[in-house]
Amino acid sequence: MVEYYWPKREDSEVIGKPLNRLDGIEKTTGAAKYTYDINLKKQLVAHALGCPHAHCKIVSIDTSAAEKTPGVVHVEVLPHAAPGSEIKWQGELLVIVAAESEGAAAEGVKNLEVKYEKLPFWVDAEDLAGAEAAGQTAKAGGKAETEKEPGDDDDEDEFIDAEIERLFKQSKHVLEGYYGIDAITHCCLEPHGSNVTWNDGSVTAYLSTQNVSGTDDGFARDLELTADDVEVICQYIGGGFGSKFAPDYWGIAAARISKATGRPVKLMLSRDQELKIAGNRPAGYIKVRLGADDNGLVHVWDSQQWGTSGDNGGGVSHGVIPYVLVPKNYRRVATGVKTNTARSRAWRAPNHPQACAMSQTAYDDLARIMGKDSYDVFMTNLVNAQGAKPEVYAEEMKVGAKLIDWKAKWHPHGKGARRGSIVDGLGMALHTWGGTANTSSCLLKIYPDGGVESFCGTQDLGTGTRTVCAQVLAETLGLKVNQVKVNIGTSKYPNSGASGGSTTVGAVSESHRRAAQDAIASIFEKAAAQLECDAGDLEAKGGKIQVKGDATRSLEWKKACTLLGMKPLEVTSSYERGAPSPLSNSGVGGVQMAHVEVDTETGVIKMKTFVAVQDQGLVINPKTCKSQIYGAVIMGIAAALYEHRIMDNATGAFVNAELSEYKLARLGDIGDIIVELYEPESERSRGVIGNGEPPAISPIAAIANAVCNALGTRVPVAPFTPKRVLEALKNARA
Amino acid sequence: MKNFEYAAPRTESEAVALLSDQPGHTEILAGGTDLVGLMKKMVVQPERVVYIGGVPSMKGVAPTADGGVRIGAGTTLDEVLDSPYVQAYPGITQAIRGINSMQLQCQGTFGGDICQRARCWFFRNGHGLLADGGRIAADGAGELHAIFGNRGSARFVNGSRIAPALIALGAEARVIGPAEGEEHLIPLDAFFRTPRHERERETVLEPNQLLTHVVLPPASGHSGAYEVRHGEGPDYPLAASAASLDIRGGVVRDARVVLGQVAPIPWVSQAAADAIRGLAVSEATAEAAGDAAVADATPLSQNEYKVQLAKVAVKRAILLAAGLETGGF
Amino acid sequence: MTESRNKSGPESGFSRRSFLQGTGAIAAATALSAQVAAEEKQAAAVAAGSSEITVTVNGTKQKLKIENRETLLDVLRNRLDLTGAKPVSSDGSSGASTVIVDGKPVMASTTMAVTCDGKSVQTVESLGGKNVDAVCKAFVANDAQQCGFCTPGFVVAVRAFLDKNPDATEQQIRAGLNGNICRCGTYVGIIGAAIDVVKGGA
Repeated sequence: MVEYYWPKREDSEVIGKPLNRLDGIEKTTGAAKYTYDINLKKQLVAHALGCPHAHCKIVSIDTSAAEKTPGVVHVEVLPHAAPGSEIKWQGELLVIVAAESEGAAAEGVKNLEVKYEKLPFWVDAEDLAGAEAAGQTAKAGGKAETEKEPGDDDDEDEFIDAEIERLFKQSKHVLEGYYGIDAITHCCLEPHGSNVTWNDGSVTAYLSTQNVSGTDDGFARDLELTADDVEVICQYIGGGFGSKFAPDYWGIAAARISKATGRPVKLMLSRDQELKIAGNRPAGYIKVRLGADDNGLVHVWDSQQWGTSGDNGGGVSHGVIPYVLVPKNYRRVATGVKTNTARSRAWRAPNHPQACAMSQTAYDDLARIMGKDSYDVFMTNLVNAQGAKPEVYAEEMKVGAKLIDWKAKWHPHGKGARRGSIVDGLGMALHTWGGTANTSSCLLKIYPDGGVESFCGTQDLGTGTRTVCAQVLAETLGLKVNQVKVNIGTSKYPNSGASGGSTTVGAVSESHRRAAQDAIASIFEKAAAQLECDAGDLEAKGGKIQVKGDATRSLEWKKACTLLGMKPLEVTSSYERGAPSPLSNSGVGGVQMAHVEVDTETGVIKMKTFVAVQDQGLVINPKTCKSQIYGAVIMGIAAALYEHRIMDNATGAFVNAELSEYKLARLGDIGDIIVELYEPESERSRGVIGNGEPPAISPIAAIANAVCNALGTRVPVAPFTPKRVLEALKNARA
Repeated sequence: MKNFEYAAPRTESEAVALLSDQPGHTEILAGGTDLVGLMKKMVVQPERVVYIGGVPSMKGVAPTADGGVRIGAGTTLDEVLDSPYVQAYPGITQAIRGINSMQLQCQGTFGGDICQRARCWFFRNGHGLLADGGRIAADGAGELHAIFGNRGSARFVNGSRIAPALIALGAEARVIGPAEGEEHLIPLDAFFRTPRHERERETVLEPNQLLTHVVLPPASGHSGAYEVRHGEGPDYPLAASAASLDIRGGVVRDARVVLGQVAPIPWVSQAAADAIRGLAVSEATAEAAGDAAVADATPLSQNEYKVQLAKVAVKRAILLAAGLETGGF
Repeated sequence: MTESRNKSGPESGFSRRSFLQGTGAIAAATALSAQVAAEEKQAAAVAAGSSEITVTVNGTKQKLKIENRETLLDVLRNRLDLTGAKPVSSDGSSGASTVIVDGKPVMASTTMAVTCDGKSVQTVESLGGKNVDAVCKAFVANDAQQCGFCTPGFVVAVRAFLDKNPDATEQQIRAGLNGNICRCGTYVGIIGAAIDVVKGGA
């Protein structure tokens, strides 16, 4: 029985080293082939008609002109769009046209004749009163906790009402605030899509997916095959932030059209379809009242929130409100607003960024009304911190404050120096996330000639998965990373979980470390006889199998591998999600701080400095690990300042569903970002924990608080566009 | 994209001869940064595309006999930016720099910027130039729409980045056609128009006329341009202004102030010019000119904030023209 | 057809009639045949639905028959299998399709292929192969990529920017590379990569 472990920091040769990613040259020179880049012989190109209306009934569809369009080979009306069907959001695909070329497919779509009966719609997520009047709301849960328990004879609701009011009366400081965050879309740069070949009862699908191992059965189920008939391939994926877990109905349709035409079918969503239907993050808005003592310790929280996940209502889960800093007494109530917008999909740390922006803003406003330093108010409330250990947050706050020079730059809200029309401000927020390792299996082959190769049905979202796998194998086998070959990206390799929930680095570290430790144990057994020692006395280091502490008694790696005989050593090792393990763990904390400048005449905000301090247990590759954090912060800057889905109340349309109007942060927008990996022995010893999501949580709240600190007034709803900043300033003057 | 006939004339007269007199039948292609996207979305569907990138006489920047400058409509924006003859017109170079995309500057042309189609997401999403008689923009998501000149059906904004500066500088457009040898010099402020119905376009160009050059008078006095940009991307500004000032003895003798991104045409503000004339430029007088510029603004339901932005853009363009600091980003 | 048009100088008076006689198949496909008579006076060749173009791509002359409606990006990706330049936005706002045409960075997604007749196109693939360009190497060293989908467009943009501004300062780099979008947020690495290339004099 092999005991799994990580080598100590000082003993690690490869792990913890900032190696370049192994597929970097492929990615930078255009050699890496994404799904969109797969061109198969005789393939058809498919385009789809999206519904122009937010809510309608399909009266009729005439495909004859489309079918006659030169180059068009096949037209399919999707099952959910058959005449008589109700369509509940703009952009929903109705008909797919497969043709010999992009141009012909597009023209075929244009030639479709669809008659619609327009129905009433509701697309405004923020206007709660309007939604209620229109009958577009539904309860979305809630919870109340008080330190004092109701008595046996008490009506629970009445007791809570009275208790909360009593606590507010006792409060030294009471803050009432309104906060919100609009829906944003995943906006993957490679849109959702696939290139599918039906071949006599089997399917090969190049799919842009975060879930290589888990989408074969999706194709199989909908096509009445079994999973063994399907191979899903994804060597490179152009962006996946929680929206690419399934073949999607358009992938299944591509397979059906391939079956019907006998040709491969490539169907990638258009840019506006990608934004409209292929994933968005729920909007959330909240009215908060909180009460605090002399020191700013919050002891009661009362909130009503609402938001939308689409036609099903939903919104941001109330389960993470208030966020991280959870006082002993709270009540939270949630309402879902049913909108004629496509349903939300998981989005990088689902619910957390919104919850953070909807509640840690209130803590900052508490500091504002008290005239206190926000840092002190956050520090005071760490006694109520959940997720990570309070001392981790506290240490990270100290590190962050030093990096951003908080003390020197701090001024009370709205009291900073003015340079022309420009004011500056500081803000902070903190977050937590699980990041447990996903299920993963690795097949490791060690050849008698010393060759090493691994196979794992995982994927690389940009995490650097191949590099992480290679580092773990190389470390364990005492080799260099270029001596191991890592194979990922097809469903025919051993199963590995979807990349969602910050689970990938943990997953592949588990499976690859286990496989390599299992394999090296076999090699130690064989080498022990040669070296006349106990297998337990051996180590793999520097390309050798050697007796620990005695490098003179060693076998070169190649030589050791010859002991395997004629056949390669093949080991498959697995990790099951949730099993306690010395290699991985869950639960991290992070602290982020923002320094911004605001032009009070135009409402334009510019990032000056952003500091992210992040715990993620043991770091396999600090370079790719930091890249994740930089990226998460930049995504947060975009959500704080630029991007949002703009729904038009007049037409029900998502009006800015093109990149020219759906604004993302550009290279010149980000200011200076400083990332600190928080990896003291206490946290490193917990093993690997995912970090893809946690650093994406705090930026919006931290920037919101910095803007408030600069202006002395709150801009309530993200993104903080010039329009909203100017409106907030106007309201403050009024 | 619908397929089309294609022609690449080598001379201006060949180009004009290839144009149809029917609106929408032919489109003139230069850099393609605006037209190609619209053709892909089938918002415009020409039967013929006439590519003017191969007309040598429409390229380049040259001094004119009277000390001004003539800029070919087919000259790319980066070439204009780098031209020594244009450096005397900082309003133009500031506006081109503001585009903030090397690719757009290298690909897009001077004439293309001036002739670009309306900035309006309803138009670009297929609702027509006037988008339901202007009702959609008025009632719905009109936050980027016009705050001036929006009493008719047109509520879009003109997106040209350089037109405000050109108009402030007193530029003229050289337009040829429809007849062979026919040539017009049109003051650039008269080149734009607010369409009244869907068959009218955003300029006075007939379908078979061609903008070949822009002619600038000699650079005299001071010019400046300021754009309120949300971020550093090549996105369109939320409001913009250009000012051209004749300052003598520390006092503004004459002024031209033009706003961009706020009306269906580049919006000449006589009120702002009047407000600054006879005064020395200072933070206070520039601000007063900004106030004057927006006194008669007519914002829609969602774009009241653009009034403030227009005001600040005017103020800062005047300050920049006078060589002063704006006090903001 | 292309040859004829290239030969026809500005004043050569190449009429539509002679053009149509030379390419009967294309003439039959035209949607505008009724207007042929009215266009007799025209002096430049009009190509109906398709054209033959000669483009030098990464140093190799390519003679291609294309539909007029194909963008340069369509031709590179679908006809030449040069898939480094990416289709991200239909209007060129992402910069992911950046290529160099006649020495200048442009968006292949908004450049019509037919306008590239006689021009030279350089794609990201030309920066790879045996002699990997310093920009690519600097991107790798600075981990200036995550998913990598925007990366080729960014690499070409950085190459073009530094060719024009070999001594660019960090401030100029931050101001000069805003035509491209990265969704993963790799800008920090890209800034570092560009600085490294300037320092390395590549």
